[in-house]
Amino acid sequence: MVNTVLTDPNAVVATVVDPEMPMLTLADLGVVRGVEVDGDAVTVTITPTYSGCPALEEMRADLRAALAGAGYRRVEVRTVFAPAWSTDWITEDGRRKLAEAGVAPPGRAPRTAATGPIPLTLDAPPAVGVRCPRCGAPGTEELSRFGPTACTELRRCPACREPFEHMKEL
Amino acid sequence: MSTHGDIHGDIHGNIHGNIHGDIHGDNVYDGLADDHGDTHWAFGTGFSDGGTEITAPVPGGVDRADLAEYCLMLGDDALVFSQRLAEWVSNAPELEEDVALANTALDLLGQARVLLGRAAHVEGAGRDEDQLAYWRTDAEFRNVALAELGCAIGEHGDFARAIAQLLVFSSWRLALLHRLRDSADPVLAAVAGKGVKELTYHRDYAARWTLRLGDGTEESHRHMQAALEWVWPRLAELFRVSDVERRLVAAGVAVDPAELREEMDGVLDEVLGRATLTRPERAAAGAIGGRSGRQGVHTEALGHVLAEMQSLARQHPEATW
Repeated sequence: MVNTVLTDPNAVVATVVDPEMPMLTLADLGVVRGVEVDGDAVTVTITPTYSGCPALEEMRADLRAALAGAGYRRVEVRTVFAPAWSTDWITEDGRRKLAEAGVAPPGRAPRTAATGPIPLTLDAPPAVGVRCPRCGAPGTEELSRFGPTACTELRRCPACREPFEHMKEL
Repeated sequence: MSTHGDIHGDIHGNIHGNIHGDIHGDNVYDGLADDHGDTHWAFGTGFSDGGTEITAPVPGGVDRADLAEYCLMLGDDALVFSQRLAEWVSNAPELEEDVALANTALDLLGQARVLLGRAAHVEGAGRDEDQLAYWRTDAEFRNVALAELGCAIGEHGDFARAIAQLLVFSSWRLALLHRLRDSADPVLAAVAGKGVKELTYHRDYAARWTLRLGDGTEESHRHMQAALEWVWPRLAELFRVSDVERRLVAAGVAVDPAELREEMDGVLDEVLGRATLTRPERAAAGAIGGRSGRQGVHTEALGHVLAEMQSLARQHPEATW
C-alpha cells in the first residue's frame, strides 16, 4: 500500500469560490467556519450568509467535489447558523476583489441592540459612505434596497451615471 | 423544500445571470446542464442537513411535544407568509419590488426550513421539513391568520395591502425574534440571531413604502389607509398567548407574545405618524371558541395557499430530476 500525502484540506477549501459571486472564495466571504481533518476524512463547517441563501447546496457540492478530487475519501460539510454571519467577516482580500469586480464592498455592519427596540431607519442613510466602484465618486444613490442576490442592493453613481451593486451591511 | 423554485430561478438565474453573464463569460444555462450524477427529489432540497444545530439536544425540563409545536408556529408563520409574498413576483408595480418581495420571501423561507427541520427532529416521528411543508392539512398548520391573507392575485390585487401586511408582520416578528435570541433552545436562539438582521431590512422596506404611499398623493394615501383598515382586525391574534407558549415561556424557551404589544404600538405609531396615516379603530377578528391559528383554526385563505404550495408535490410524490 502506498501512502500518498494529501494536499492540506485548508488549501483545497481555499480554492472553492462562491457560486453567486465567483470573484470571491468561500473563505474570502467568511462563510467557512472550520476545517477538521482526520486521515483521509475531512469535516468542513460553513454558515449561510442569509437564512434562505439558495447557493448553500451548491457550496456544499463544490466543497465535496474539490476535497474528493484532492483524494479525501470521506467528506462531510456541516451547516451552522450561530453565530450569525456578518459582512464584517469578509476578508480584506475579499473586499478588494469585490471592488475590482464592480461591486462596492460593505461598510461596517450595524450592531444589533442588546436591549430595547431596534430603531427604524425611515430615511435612506447618507450616501457618502458608498463610493462608486468604477470611478470612485462619492454621493452614490440607492436605486433598490434589494438587488439580484439577497446580499446586494442596487445603486447608481451621480458622476459616471453607471448603476452598480453594493453588498449590504449585515 | 423549495416552494419558490421559480423565484430562485428568476432572481439568481436570469437576473443575476444576465448581469454577470457577460462579465464572467458564463452561460446562464450552463448550470442546468451540469451533470452531478445524482438525482434530487423534485420539490425538496435534496439534502437533509438543513443545519447541524437542528439535532441539538432538547433543553432539560422542556416538553418535546410543546417545543415541536412552538417551532411549527414560528416556522409556519414564515412559510405561509413567504408563499404569499412570492405571489407578488411579476405582479408588483416595478421589477425592483418584485425582487424586494421575493428576497424577503426567501429570507422567511430560510427561517421556516430550519424551524420545520427542528420541529421534525424534536417530534421524532420520522418526518422531515418537506413532509411537514407538503403533507400537512390546513388544520395541522399553526400560523397566525395575518400570514395567510392574500392580496396579490385577482381582483383584490393591491400593493398597499402587501405593504401593510408586511409592515405589521415584520414589526411583530422582529420584536419576537429580538427577544428569542436568549431562548434556552439553541435552534430557536440561532434562527432568532440571524433572523433579526433580516427582519430589520424587511421592516425598513415596508415602513419606507408606507411613508411613500401615505404621504404621497391623495390616491396613494387613500389606498394605504384602506390597506391598514384591511389588516388591522388581524393584529389582536398576534398578542394572544396559547397554552403551549405559556408553558414554554416558563421554561425559558418561548417569548410571551403579549409582551410585544407595547413595542409594536411604538413602531406603528412612529411610522403611521410620519406617513400622515390614522391608526385604525377596528374590532379584532374573533377567535372561534377561543381557538385561532395557533390551534389550527384558519380562515379559508390558508386553503388557497396550501393548494398552490402543495398540489404539485402531492401529484408527483416520488418525482426526481
